[in-house]
Amino acid sequence: MTTTDFTLSAIEGNGEIGALTPGQIFRQRMFGHTGFLIGAGLILLIALVAIFAPVLAPHDPFAQSLSSRMLPPVWIEGGTWDHILGTDQNGRDYLSRLIYGTRVSITIGLGAATVGLLIGVTLGVIAGYFGGWIDHGISFLLTAQLALPGLLLAMALVFIIGPSIWVVIGIVGVLHWTYYLVVTRAATQRIRSLDFVAAAAASGASSRQIIWHEILPNLLSAIIVIFTFELGIAILAESSLSFLGVGIQPPTPSWGLMIAEGKQAMFYRPWLVILPGICLFLLVIGANLMGDGLRDITSPEGRNE
Amino acid sequence: MTGLLDIRNLDISLALPGGSLHAVKDVTLSLEKGESLGIVGESGSGKSMTALTLMRLLPRSARCKAARLSFDGQDLPALDDRTFAETIAGPRIGMIFQEPMTSLNPVYTIGRQMTEAAVARGLLSAREARRKAIDLLERVGISDPENRMSQFPHQMSGGQRQRVMIAMTLMLDPDLLIADEPTTALDVTVQAQILDLLDGLRRERQMGLILISHDLAVVAQRTDKVAVMYSGELVEQGAANQVLFAPRHDYTKKLLAAIPRLDGPPGRVVAAAPKEEEVIAARDVTRLFSSRKGLFGPRREVRALDGVSMALKRGETLALIGESGSGKSTLARILLGLDEASSGDVTMLGRSLAEIPATERARFVQPVFQDPYTSLNPRRRLAEIIARPLVLRGEGDKASRLAAVRDAMEHVRLPPRLLHAYPSQLSGGQRQRVAIARALVTRPEALICDEPTSALDVSVQAQILKLLDELRAEMGLTCLLITHDMAVVHEVADRVAVMYQGRIVEEGSAQTVLAHPDNDYTARLLAAAPRFGETAEDLKVAQ
Repeated sequence: MTTTDFTLSAIEGNGEIGALTPGQIFRQRMFGHTGFLIGAGLILLIALVAIFAPVLAPHDPFAQSLSSRMLPPVWIEGGTWDHILGTDQNGRDYLSRLIYGTRVSITIGLGAATVGLLIGVTLGVIAGYFGGWIDHGISFLLTAQLALPGLLLAMALVFIIGPSIWVVIGIVGVLHWTYYLVVTRAATQRIRSLDFVAAAAASGASSRQIIWHEILPNLLSAIIVIFTFELGIAILAESSLSFLGVGIQPPTPSWGLMIAEGKQAMFYRPWLVILPGICLFLLVIGANLMGDGLRDITSPEGRNE
Repeated sequence: MTGLLDIRNLDISLALPGGSLHAVKDVTLSLEKGESLGIVGESGSGKSMTALTLMRLLPRSARCKAARLSFDGQDLPALDDRTFAETIAGPRIGMIFQEPMTSLNPVYTIGRQMTEAAVARGLLSAREARRKAIDLLERVGISDPENRMSQFPHQMSGGQRQRVMIAMTLMLDPDLLIADEPTTALDVTVQAQILDLLDGLRRERQMGLILISHDLAVVAQRTDKVAVMYSGELVEQGAANQVLFAPRHDYTKKLLAAIPRLDGPPGRVVAAAPKEEEVIAARDVTRLFSSRKGLFGPRREVRALDGVSMALKRGETLALIGESGSGKSTLARILLGLDEASSGDVTMLGRSLAEIPATERARFVQPVFQDPYTSLNPRRRLAEIIARPLVLRGEGDKASRLAAVRDAMEHVRLPPRLLHAYPSQLSGGQRQRVAIARALVTRPEALICDEPTSALDVSVQAQILKLLDELRAEMGLTCLLITHDMAVVHEVADRVAVMYQGRIVEEGSAQTVLAHPDNDYTARLLAAAPRFGETAEDLKVAQ
């Protein structure tokens, strides 16, 4: 028979809690997450390129030189160090156009994903929280939106309103809120029935206070993931619009527009399409990695650590 | 000695991000044919891990090692996975899981799920399997088994599903049946039936039975041997009566003392002196839930509460008892103002509840909910959670709120170092303390506790009940305690109201109702509650 004093519950005494401040835990998780570091690094790099475009670009992106049209990049025969990534159909420096294109792509990606977020999350939380006829109505809106061919509608709208970067952001955003709505509506319905919402209501919290303080923080990780996903989709949608000629208008450099302009020469001048394609790929994958990382870092349980 | 099962020096460790967790340490167990063994311990004590080892169902990150692990003379670790799946899991060892609601596949009929294993293994023809399945369903007490065979799991209650699960494991005539908390998710009245059924089947078929539970009272009545586990170690093992009535280990003694009992004296701090003032009263309250299939489908109505009248008097602890689905929680929500009655009046301090603004209501009455895992916002730190009611009422500044939070945490005996912890870092018992602290931070006069301890281990339950009772005495709280456990009622309640199918069928002082129940249903609830007294007398007679 032992005489050791047993505390009745083994799990009651957990000595390690509170040893680190929340800030320390956050930093520890951030620097321990390889995916987040790579994603955030890529996004930071692209953002810096966008900000310092005038400093970084070796040439004026609009300067045409008909004598040096369609020069190949430097590593292909015929390329020169003067135009490291070659030139396009009008003899404009490709590297400079890619660097300036970053500005357009990032603005449209962030802008459109934010517009979609505001519409989708607002409708989703309202539908999920209040239910009943409000939910029926919003679900009908969703069905109607899903039934419309997005790209066709975007083309028609841009054509009617007239193309500009802000119109493209607005229209791409207005057409990409369905994921936000579906996910936040379902999550809100689930969270709404949990006891901590009832506890808040029993303490006299209003619907607005419950939504802001109890429900939205719990939707955050889902919203972050959709945001990074939509960021990529929005950039690709801008590319599609530009490719079809109703998005960003020449001579403004945009990656989508550059792919569109390069398509005629795709088979014998493939770099005209591949180079902006790589830029798009890096931006989208960076956004996705960073989003997944943010979700893991900010969730209290520290998933996938 | 080569019995049915022989486990020696079993060690299991789990790989965790911050190192490894030694979940099971040096456990030695044995079981003879036809014998039953109960494994008792709190959640996290390693009892389920031990059982899962036998079925090779351990999580992927687990490493397991044993000096000997033999079943009926066969060395288990020596078998490869395929042979094990074909010859041991199912035909020799069957397992019943805790959650009857999720352990059957919802898209297949009961018949298909029951006969599938036997037919696929070629043990029985489809026709024989069907006949056997019907027999077994009848044996486990499912009425009209022929028709049940073509039903789906959602058409059955929890108790029925657990019976189907038992019958399904018996289809292959296993030599050893492992039941991992088979009744924890079920009502008391059903729990007794299922346990008796398992015990009867064991005697009838000479099976070995391992019954895993956190409830010592449940296990000790129905098993020959009991093993008590504490944080991965086997602290005591022996004949059931010996462990129960002459425990040798300190932990077993504490565990036994923690179980609420019907036969002991009430464990109150100070008996309340209830006044006659009715603080919350419900008169003829009815609540209908109507739903319709689709947008234009026929309307269906469920009567959750049917003309309920009750009153909570100042200073008393009123216990509201009933099975799940009897309308207890609906009544609690209506009394808290979270839901509205379809008809009838609810008054608080003499005023109609609907007229009182939410914040004023909150000042008087606060809830404590059943499930500590969903009653705290997982995204907020404890300091924010506990201070929230103060913020909502716009009371005090940052510093005074923090002081109030510290004060409330001290009241519920939570260490101040947890101030900035998230709920996910806490155990079930600690979370329930946080919920109580949040309820008390605004200094309410009444608490409505909806099954505050039913999701917790017995030992933690004792701590929480004691805490509630101390707080009641200290702060003069009026308490409405909703529970399904008669023993809990006996320990803490002044008055009792029994609910059955949306009505209050009996009401009176705790002593009277528990000693002389007037209503059949109350008597049934009382009879189903596990108690030691009877077994103790049996033991005395045997000696």
